[in-house]
Amino acid sequence: MTDMAIVASGLRKAFGDRTVLAGVDLEVRAGSVFSLLGPNGAGKTTTVNILSTLLRPDGGTARVAGRDIASETRAVRAAIGVTGQFASVDDLLTGEENLRLMADLQHLGKGGRRVVADLLERFDLTDSAGTLASTYSGGMRRKLDLAMTLVGRPRIVFLDEPTTGLDPRSRRIMWDIVRGLVADGTTIFLTTQYLEEADQLADRVAVLDQGKLVAQGSPGELKRQVPGSHVRLRFADSAAFDSARRVLTDATPEPDNLTLRVPGDGGATSLRRLLDRLDEYAIDVDELSVHTPDLDDVFLALTGHHSAEVTVP
Amino acid sequence: MSTVHDSATMVRRNVKHTLRDPVVLFNAVLFPIVMMFMFVYVLGDGFDVGGGDYIDYAAPGMVMLALCYGMGATATAVNSDMTKGIINRFRVMNISRGAVLTGHVVSTVARTVLGMAAIVGVAFLMGFSPAASFGQWLAAAGLLVLTVLAVTWLTIAFGLAAKSPESAGFFAVPLIMLPFFSSAIIPADRMGPGIRQFAEYQPFTPIIEAVRGLFAGTPDTGATVAALAWCVGIGVLGYVWALRKFARRV
Repeated sequence: MTDMAIVASGLRKAFGDRTVLAGVDLEVRAGSVFSLLGPNGAGKTTTVNILSTLLRPDGGTARVAGRDIASETRAVRAAIGVTGQFASVDDLLTGEENLRLMADLQHLGKGGRRVVADLLERFDLTDSAGTLASTYSGGMRRKLDLAMTLVGRPRIVFLDEPTTGLDPRSRRIMWDIVRGLVADGTTIFLTTQYLEEADQLADRVAVLDQGKLVAQGSPGELKRQVPGSHVRLRFADSAAFDSARRVLTDATPEPDNLTLRVPGDGGATSLRRLLDRLDEYAIDVDELSVHTPDLDDVFLALTGHHSAEVTVP
Repeated sequence: MSTVHDSATMVRRNVKHTLRDPVVLFNAVLFPIVMMFMFVYVLGDGFDVGGGDYIDYAAPGMVMLALCYGMGATATAVNSDMTKGIINRFRVMNISRGAVLTGHVVSTVARTVLGMAAIVGVAFLMGFSPAASFGQWLAAAGLLVLTVLAVTWLTIAFGLAAKSPESAGFFAVPLIMLPFFSSAIIPADRMGPGIRQFAEYQPFTPIIEAVRGLFAGTPDTGATVAALAWCVGIGVLGYVWALRKFARRV
């Protein structure tokens, strides 16, 4: 048995002559949060659609929950839940009826009533359970949508841009819900164009740009891959500052506040080497801080352009 | 087993939709009755339909009108299901694929039959006095239900083929016009040249004539055979087209 919830290799997809995915390989460990990060049009939704059996890839294979997406479609569908970018709820049904519909389609029988009541409670929708979904706010619709996805207790949940267009408060509520799912052992495959979201939620991040993965790793690893991490050294007086300048020739001096910016990845090894070197010349450092870039810097460094929309509040 | 269960769930969903949307119910049930009042009480005395009460002539045509008026809602509903994302939710669930369509077919046929029964009921109150035997009543009802089924499948195919719910709803416009260019209101041979030929050869005329003959107790074999042929033709065309469009959508 593998402990990989999702394994994909060489996924390709083109619409007409526009290549959307140009060979994507990825692995998602069971019980983890995997985030696919990229701007609009990078191919995130296409990846989700392929892995969730909505779309056939032109090339490549994938196993989801240990089953092949092409030949064991039904088994894959039984194991997954998908919440798309646009809430797919039934507007002419109430919140509760939407959940009942899912329970009936999952053949939950009498137990369905209990599942529905629990989900309404957990998603704080009990008060509006009896009103039509068409009257719900954007945040409530997303919550209802996700609750509908969870009726069948999927082991793997795909969330395609779950917070796009939500206000900051609703976004935080969504994040808490996702963390709760992870605590229950659910695997989450999350796409987002918000760098902060991937940073907050994901165990692993893959950066998708123009149909290709340009980087993969933990949020921390990605940040360290990027030139631009640096160590800031502040000195107590100008004597120390001047001698440090002579020793650390690659540093950028900021004489006004007696600070040197030393490029480096901020890892323990390079940090020790730096301090050893200062020690050698008996230079005292007043204050030291390591600056790692945020994921937007990562994006810029990896793709040569900024993520298309960075509207993190 | 699972197909029956899933289809029943979808039928419940569509019935709820219908009951929640007053416009749909009005169009399917009340509006045809309003039209019948208008044609029979306001205009009816001005029409020469070759003797007899106008209500006896008009009732079968009004039943066809009732059939057509509700269809726009079905085309719109089918298209909304396909274009507004809910179909993707159904698709990634391990459920019977055709259940969505079965739900629309069953609920549309039920709603339309209800509308037609209401028209016949009101027609009786207005003095409709058919001479049909029990067997002829059954035959008329059977032919009408077959017509509903055929037109429903064609409507669903239009709903699946349309780009948006709005353009799907537009399908209802020619459908609503068709009875007026048939023998529903006045006999085709009273119409002007061109229109008359159209009315004589379009499918609604033999269906209406067949039902009219059965109601009057004087079945018109030629019209009945033509009506059955049209129903089977429209139904098979609609069914095959709908399944092809559905397969492409899901």
